[in-house]
Amino acid sequence: MPQITLKINGTDHTLDVHPDMPLLWALRDKLNLTGTKYSCGIGECGSCTVLVDGRPVKSCLRTAERMDGREITTIEGISPDASHPVQRAWHEEDVPQCGYCQGGQILAAVALLEENPTPDDAAIDEAMKDNLCRCGTYVRIRKAIKRAAEYAADDGGDV
Amino acid sequence: MDRRAFLKTSLLASGALLIGVGSCAREDGFEMAEETWVPNLYVRIDPDGKITIVSKNPDAGQGVKTAFPMVVAECLEVDWKDVHVEQAPADDRYGRQALGGSRGTPDGWDDLRVAGTGALYLLMGAAAQEWDVPAAECSAASGVITHDPSGRTRTYASLLVTAATLPAPEIADLKLKSRPADFKLLGTFVPGIDNREILSGQPIYASDIRLDGMLYAVYQKCPVFGGKAKSANLDDMLKLPGVTHAFIVPGTDDYNGLQPGIAIVAETFWEANNAREQLRVDWETTHEDSSEDYAKQAATLAGGPGETQRHDGDVDAAFAEAAKIVEASYHYPFVAHATMEPMNCTALLHESGKLELWSPSQNPQNQRKLVSETLGIPEDQIHVYQPRIGGAFGRRSRLDFTVEAAAIAVEVRKPVQLLWTREDDMAHDFYRPAAWHHFKAGLDDAGRMMAFDHHFITLGMNGETVSGANLSKNHYPAGMVSNFRLRQSIIETNVPTGPWRAPGHSAYCFAYQGFFDEVAVAAGRDPLEFRLDLLENASGKLQLDPERAAGTLRVAAEKAGWGRDMKENRGLGIAFHFDHRGHVAQVAEVTMDGTRYSLDKVYAAVDIGPILNMSGAKHQVEGAVIDALSTTRLETTIAGGAAQQVNFDQHPILRIDKAPDIECNFIQSDNSPTGLGEPPFPPVAPAIANAIFAASGTRIRELPFQRSGISL
Repeated sequence: MPQITLKINGTDHTLDVHPDMPLLWALRDKLNLTGTKYSCGIGECGSCTVLVDGRPVKSCLRTAERMDGREITTIEGISPDASHPVQRAWHEEDVPQCGYCQGGQILAAVALLEENPTPDDAAIDEAMKDNLCRCGTYVRIRKAIKRAAEYAADDGGDV
Repeated sequence: MDRRAFLKTSLLASGALLIGVGSCAREDGFEMAEETWVPNLYVRIDPDGKITIVSKNPDAGQGVKTAFPMVVAECLEVDWKDVHVEQAPADDRYGRQALGGSRGTPDGWDDLRVAGTGALYLLMGAAAQEWDVPAAECSAASGVITHDPSGRTRTYASLLVTAATLPAPEIADLKLKSRPADFKLLGTFVPGIDNREILSGQPIYASDIRLDGMLYAVYQKCPVFGGKAKSANLDDMLKLPGVTHAFIVPGTDDYNGLQPGIAIVAETFWEANNAREQLRVDWETTHEDSSEDYAKQAATLAGGPGETQRHDGDVDAAFAEAAKIVEASYHYPFVAHATMEPMNCTALLHESGKLELWSPSQNPQNQRKLVSETLGIPEDQIHVYQPRIGGAFGRRSRLDFTVEAAAIAVEVRKPVQLLWTREDDMAHDFYRPAAWHHFKAGLDDAGRMMAFDHHFITLGMNGETVSGANLSKNHYPAGMVSNFRLRQSIIETNVPTGPWRAPGHSAYCFAYQGFFDEVAVAAGRDPLEFRLDLLENASGKLQLDPERAAGTLRVAAEKAGWGRDMKENRGLGIAFHFDHRGHVAQVAEVTMDGTRYSLDKVYAAVDIGPILNMSGAKHQVEGAVIDALSTTRLETTIAGGAAQQVNFDQHPILRIDKAPDIECNFIQSDNSPTGLGEPPFPPVAPAIANAIFAASGTRIRELPFQRSGISL
């Protein structure tokens, strides 16, 4: 089995993986990083979203081997204490219902705001439509993204 | 532990205990420090003032883990910021711990208030005793008792030792808060208690459990419901990377329980699932049920009389006299739950025989019973934990996946996590059942509905309707129309069905409220006015409260500006319903563009009595609207005895770009609060269909909408 090194949330992890094992399962079952979720395995739902070099990537569709050497951010890594402006906004708007999809939603929102600090509704819909929410928290996701944009602006523009 | 420090036990009507002896001695974190005082199972107050409230029901996003402690905190007069919540495992001392039927709030309302109020009573009594004053001269706020005449204060934490010596109050002596006007915390917008963990990806779901030496399993069942494995290439499985075990589980005939299948166990989930791709099984199947065949049977049955369930007056004579007859037929297919977190269960069987289970389950007591009866393990050896559930919607009331995991653990004698793929999940759901409705209404010359005949064609097994397929003979418009008949025919099915968010109601409200609209239009009457008239002039016995139902219609209509001029391609549609004790009306506003429509806004009016958590309540309404809109585009087709749509590419859940604006209007009152998980769902689809009719003249009588050529 190939040995690879994944740089996750700033830390290097060296592990043996089957060449076909998706990054999602390397994270969940080899590294016990269970914040990244499984829901479909075919790239339709976005629950498995991670950031690779800052861009949202569906970790069920990429093998871990292909991610060797890349900078990966998972939901566990965007702040040490849920203090990221997006997390704060998500809490203030009380976005989650069951919460299962929210890690992926937050990472997609982080990536959006990085690229577009003041997105309008159309830009939000476009960026977030890869992330399904069965409980229907979409109305709050939109509100929270706008609130996060305000927090980020107050914090000096850093998302 | 000084047992004299514990309060006397009182048993409430539901079986809940005001106090618990030994409730602090359990291993799951509820430790008894010397001066920690536990007045009851719900509340623990530590000497440092920390308030811990135990949440006994599972939370799947319906918000009880936040709302129920809010009730206790309200009655205990403490600040929410000082409250910590612990999730209880399954423990019979808590009484019913299930999620379902929107029952959590109405069932828990009394017990929760008694817990908080009783604890405060004892604290008040302790302060009064220490000051040697009457308790009536004391008041409480923010965790502090004040002697009002003198201004002296004591924190709750400083009163624990004394309070523990007082006799428990009689429940009847407790004055329980009940009116929104008296609430300080209840009714406000409170973010969820688990938010921090959810937002930072902490391992709070059952599928996140990681135990030392844990293996992972997949369980392959026959795609045809009820099929049995005759043989399989198990030896090939054992050669594949990471695989440790592969075996046939004979299972039982209980399609709600352990079904036959092949277990493949490996060091990671992916390796187990990867091996499964090369699994070859010789299945023995007993049927080839199909949606197409059911439709043919339904068409044949429609020509027959069915079995009369109820007949008021004389429907046929009334039709003969009617000024106008309106007839229409409605249909909807099966649909899967597709919770975001697929089914899973982690099982740990100890050498001692103790079995621990972690799973997203709506009914831990039923789970324990099923595992016990199937595997012969005594119930008191089975410990069921209640991690956060990644969506329930009724699916997690069926505990098949938990007994599968337990059976696998018993065989491999190691901790094992069974995880279903999305395909497993959608191929082995307990679907919302399909049905056919044939309506006939008679109008008098004033345009009033004076006769109503309904032939309901539904699914059953052995002549009895299956789960979710039952229609009460007292459902409206029974009691609203003097000549009323309900007839029923049953199509035998092998498809497993189960409760799906507002079972029965979520589907047949689409039929009823669509047909009411057709009758109103045929009578030349406004759809709102038609419904109000039905409610206000009902002379028979009704399941719903006509005043409360009418109230919701009026509020929704007013907020939507019902009756305003709408541009040619725009329309409003209205519907109401009553289920699970809640009255709800919805108005939908749509814009048509050819055969495409956009749902611009939904105005909801909800009467469930007082609101506990304003955030949670809005969540349920917003979520139900989006869920219902989503479901207008979904179906599960059965062919060759198996479900055809097995992943999200064939089951397109709504995405954010189609989410409408949603306005929630809660009609609060001094009634007791009832639940909100289900009531806001049923009226949404018919409100949308009615709006589409108003905007375009196209009448939608079938789900999914695309069967009528209409798309979102």
